Amino acid sequence: MIVSLSPRAGADNNQPLPDSRGHFGLYGGKFVPESLISALDELETCYRACAADPDFQAELATILHEYAGRPSGLYFARRYTEALGGAEVWLKREDLNHTGSHKINNTLGQVLLARRMGKRRIIAETGAGQHGVATATVSALYGLSCVVYMGEEDMERQALNVFRMRLLGAEVRAVSSGSKTLKDATNEALRDWVANVRTTHYIIGSVVGPHPFPMLVRDFQAVIGREVKEQLATRFGAGALPDALVACVGGGSNAMGLFHAFRDDPSVKMYGVEAAGHGLATGRHAASLEKGTPGILHGALSSLLQEAGGQVKIAHSISAGLDYPGVGPEHCWLRDTGRATYVSATDKEALHAFARLSRLEGIIPALESAHALAFVEKLAPTLDKRARIVVCLSGRGDKDVEQVQKHHAHEVLGEK
Amino acid sequence: MTRITETFARLKAEHRAGLVAYVMAGHPFPEATPAIVRALILGGADMIELGVPFSDPVADGPTIQAAGQVALGQGVLLPEVFSIAKSIRSFAAQAPVLAMTYVNPIFSMGYEDFSRAAVEAGLDGVIVPDLPAEESGDLLAAADAAGLSVVGLLAPTSIPDRLQKVCAASREMVYYVSRLGVTGARASLDDELVSNLSYLRAHLPLPFVVGFGISTPEQAARVAPHADGVVVGSALVDAVKDARTPLDAAELALQFISPLADAVRQSQGARP
Repeated sequence: MIVSLSPRAGADNNQPLPDSRGHFGLYGGKFVPESLISALDELETCYRACAADPDFQAELATILHEYAGRPSGLYFARRYTEALGGAEVWLKREDLNHTGSHKINNTLGQVLLARRMGKRRIIAETGAGQHGVATATVSALYGLSCVVYMGEEDMERQALNVFRMRLLGAEVRAVSSGSKTLKDATNEALRDWVANVRTTHYIIGSVVGPHPFPMLVRDFQAVIGREVKEQLATRFGAGALPDALVACVGGGSNAMGLFHAFRDDPSVKMYGVEAAGHGLATGRHAASLEKGTPGILHGALSSLLQEAGGQVKIAHSISAGLDYPGVGPEHCWLRDTGRATYVSATDKEALHAFARLSRLEGIIPALESAHALAFVEKLAPTLDKRARIVVCLSGRGDKDVEQVQKHHAHEVLGEK
Repeated sequence: MTRITETFARLKAEHRAGLVAYVMAGHPFPEATPAIVRALILGGADMIELGVPFSDPVADGPTIQAAGQVALGQGVLLPEVFSIAKSIRSFAAQAPVLAMTYVNPIFSMGYEDFSRAAVEAGLDGVIVPDLPAEESGDLLAAADAAGLSVVGLLAPTSIPDRLQKVCAASREMVYYVSRLGVTGARASLDDELVSNLSYLRAHLPLPFVVGFGISTPEQAARVAPHADGVVVGSALVDAVKDARTPLDAAELALQFISPLADAVRQSQGARP
């Protein structure tokens, strides 16, 4: 191997990441067909110009406020905290955004980039349907044509979101290859992009894919952590910091969004929670950071669930949004450097947290976010009562209610 | 001289473009591949691309995706591809054979180990559709050391800015992806093609082959005067997919390749 696997490889402290080639240490990069390179270069140039352009930033801030409803609340979950008997649990309410999840932060940012580049057609991949809905929404808002690729299995699990996207004017294309989930939907979206790259912008939904996507999706989601910082300062005084941040990780965009503003605050612990599915020992899970090895999929080098011979494994999770064998390259970097810690929660643990939060707080969380809560339930009792945990409630659970009722009603209704 | 450079020198002397045939290793079954390749060479193919099956082939259309799944279902991974390459080399002394693989299988094996094993198996080069020049430095270093030629890809969107960069990251030849999109047979070739090919002919320091979408003798005849080689892939994979025995597979491959071989040979006089 030419590449170094040393965890500190390229770790110049204070060097902004990614580097100019889109690498986070070993991870990241641009592993895509030649046909896409010029589009990625164009996107990066456009993004860097917009990032430095006060007019663009003002336009984005206005639309995030007036259309998406930001800032989202930071809510102290009193009864949930009391039930856990430890640290205070604060919920960052991304579920209250327009379209019901954090995904809108990124799709609004990217649709503005698409307009600047003169692209009139939008494509996206979606797992749970949250990103597809957020993409269909912004396409409707700006009158752009929109195609969303979705695995057949996910279309069944998330039928309501499929209808939502259609209602918003998007075409939803079923993907029947491979595992029929998010991984294969991403393959199809990439194929579409290669064929239509001159007219089309691909709005990737997470901090994955080729450079510059992991960087720009992170930056558009970083509003989550910035608001948390301001909200804590307003409430507890300047400089107030949380003790721990917790977020679920599929591709990892809500987690990057929560973490990014705190990267230089070493006292703030960061926990990413992956889907352990049926359990890490069963092999039926989606824990790319805990169980993966370095590999290249969908344009980036990251930690990948793979078989011998470099064939990509099929991930498993009860939550369609976490059911992905790869993960954002920056999370791999945060794991290797020890800045963030990655743990996992099983399908069952997530269902219990889903039920508990509903009952104790009157908030039905998305199954994705319920994985983060499942870890909070283990973490909070180990911490001092004065400690504060901020957990990203990345989405609302309405989309999951039907599936949970169908297959898990006794588990969630039996929970006390 | 290597087999690739030798072949282009011979084609130049014959005033014609070469015919490059893509075969998915292990499709429709592992024993079929050497038989197909033998028939292709007999039938007039000048160069062979040997596809390495991969679970997530984002640059390929449905035909090659499905063929890769069939091969994977029979356990065809890199070690099996190498043994197929070895048996091809046992009867094909001159024809260059290049592996066409996605990056993850060779990254997972390690570029150095892959390069050494590929050369040992008689492979002459490697084409990696998801490894652009920006990321191919590590593979190039390992392949150069082992004597394996890395063949870079160009696309319509690479013209004109990226020609130099891609050529600097290519050895002996370049692969031109003739149109935007995934692999697969097309009814027609777009009009932009001929003007792009003339541009490449004038500006590329290396020989180049043209692929993606060429399926009929007519299309091959149209492209051949403007390129150093014409690649036929999905249509050939489709032609052999129902073979039950190696003999079957060989017959189907021969029937398919003969008119294409005639087409590139007849284009001889049409070369500018």
